Amino acid sequence: MGGSWKIDRERCLRCGACVSVCPADALELTEQGIFWIKERCTFCGICAKMCPAGAIEVKR
Amino acid sequence: MRDVIIVGAGPGGSSVAKELALRGYDVALYEKRQEIGAPKRCGEGLSSSSIERLNLKIPRHCIRENIKGAIVYAPNGKSVEISFDRVVGHILERKMFDKWMAEEAARAGAFVRAKTYIKELLFENGKVCGVRGTFEGEEFEERARVVVGADGVESKIGKMAGLKIRSNPQLMDSGYQYEMANVDLEHRGYLELYFGNSIAPRGYVWIFPKGKDVANVGIGIAGDHDRPAKSYLDDWITTKPGIRKGSILEVNAGGIPVGGFLKNMVTDNFLLVGDAAHQVNPIHGGGIAESITAGRIAASVIDEALQKGDTSARTLDKYNKVWWKERGEKLRKIEKLREVVEEMDDETLNFLASELSGRDLMEFTRGNRLGKLAKILMKKPGLVLLARKLL
Ligand SMILES: Cc1cc2nc3c(=O)[nH]c(=O)nc-3n(C[C@H](O)[C@H](O)[C@H](O)COP(=O)(O)OP(=O)(O)OC[C@H]3O[C@@H](n4cnc5c(N)ncnc54)[C@H](O)[C@@H]3O)c2cc1C
Ligand code: SF4
Ligand code: SF4
Repeated sequence: MGGSWKIDRERCLRCGACVSVCPADALELTEQGIFWIKERCTFCGICAKMCPAGAIEVKR
Repeated sequence: MRDVIIVGAGPGGSSVAKELALRGYDVALYEKRQEIGAPKRCGEGLSSSSIERLNLKIPRHCIRENIKGAIVYAPNGKSVEISFDRVVGHILERKMFDKWMAEEAARAGAFVRAKTYIKELLFENGKVCGVRGTFEGEEFEERARVVVGADGVESKIGKMAGLKIRSNPQLMDSGYQYEMANVDLEHRGYLELYFGNSIAPRGYVWIFPKGKDVANVGIGIAGDHDRPAKSYLDDWITTKPGIRKGSILEVNAGGIPVGGFLKNMVTDNFLLVGDAAHQVNPIHGGGIAESITAGRIAASVIDEALQKGDTSARTLDKYNKVWWKERGEKLRKIEKLREVVEEMDDETLNFLASELSGRDLMEFTRGNRLGKLAKILMKKPGLVLLARKLL
């Protein structure tokens, strides 16, 4: 499966909402911010819809 | 080897830590943030009934405003007022409150440390036996008889322990909020809630006052929407000159679990508390009191298990039982109410605003008087199906 996943770190508030809904367990919130595990991502776009700040962009 | 390690110093984790430390156990409470409680992910509302039920002696400096009621606005602008002649709740300063709770845990004898990120659970013979984490860039491992996951909405720990946690946007609201100063508050000491599917699809906008001209102005919407919560909130604020003129002191965001309670929250030597276990009131999104309640139940079950020298899933299962009896059944009812409210169009919301009293609304948020709501819905042929769902 392919696609692109991008985060705008200026917009991200490190709230963890995206992590809570990722079905593939591909996101993690550390003190450095959101950490994306590319190998696990299915580019489903759920995190982008969830993000209250509109900081994530996913393309299939 | 510690008795108990708790991951996450929110109100849930700090409660577990305090209660177990008071009983004399060797407890560690680890928090990944550099400052406990900040930035907040919260509207900071806490009801007096919860404070009394939990017997919390909250210090003055953690409380910003006394609340005497609420005003609920239907999509057509009609309002329903809920008013009391006494204080029925508070708006907290959450970062002070969370810190105070962690202080209490430390005072009771728990070892509390911020800036400590727990990366993984340790296992022995397939059972949880400790944690691996980092502190100031140094990796460390620590063993414990019991590990508690109180790691909030972004919880990883529960899944690592093998619990079935449903990650799905229907069970998670998307929240965005500004803490604003120099706003015009028409009703000091009152919460304001604005409903309407164009304002906040499957959710609402709130104003929680923190003084005469300071407030949390926020929104919660369904987690699978076309536009980000921020964009809905910004649009709404432009229509309110008294709010629009304000300054922004803080920007907050977060996911709010609004259902999906776990049948099972324990495995051998492990249990889950608070937002991590979706323990939130599905209708108003309040989770402070829920996480403390669950934290206390968890602490007494862990205490018994440690005394018995048996911290297996079978013994810890008592936590499931007690939580479901004391909180789960009620919250499950409220989750149903939420599912019904989510299906209401603006016309139905307007109709209800003309039929219901403020007291009714308040009782609904506690899972009471739902029969009355069903009866009112039955009055309209188109709403009968919706009403049935409540019964
Ligand atoms: C926008 C919004 C508004 C809200 N408004 C209200 C309200 O008005 N009233 C109310 O009662 N509730 C409200 N809530 C809900 C409330 O904030 C939560 O339910 C409550 O904070 C849950 O407490 P907790 O202890 O379970 O989790 P949290 O308070 O989230 O604490 C979890 C802690 O664990 C830490 N952590 C996570 N992972 C790790 C790790 N791997 N290692 C170390 N530490 C870790 C986190 O940094 C965090 O500090 C709101 C939520 C949102 C998002
Ligand atoms: S949901 Fe958005 S704002 Fe929150 S942590 Fe994820 S990317 Fe950042
Ligand atoms: S696109 Fe889907 S799988 Fe990838 S990080 Fe987002 S939610 Fe997870």
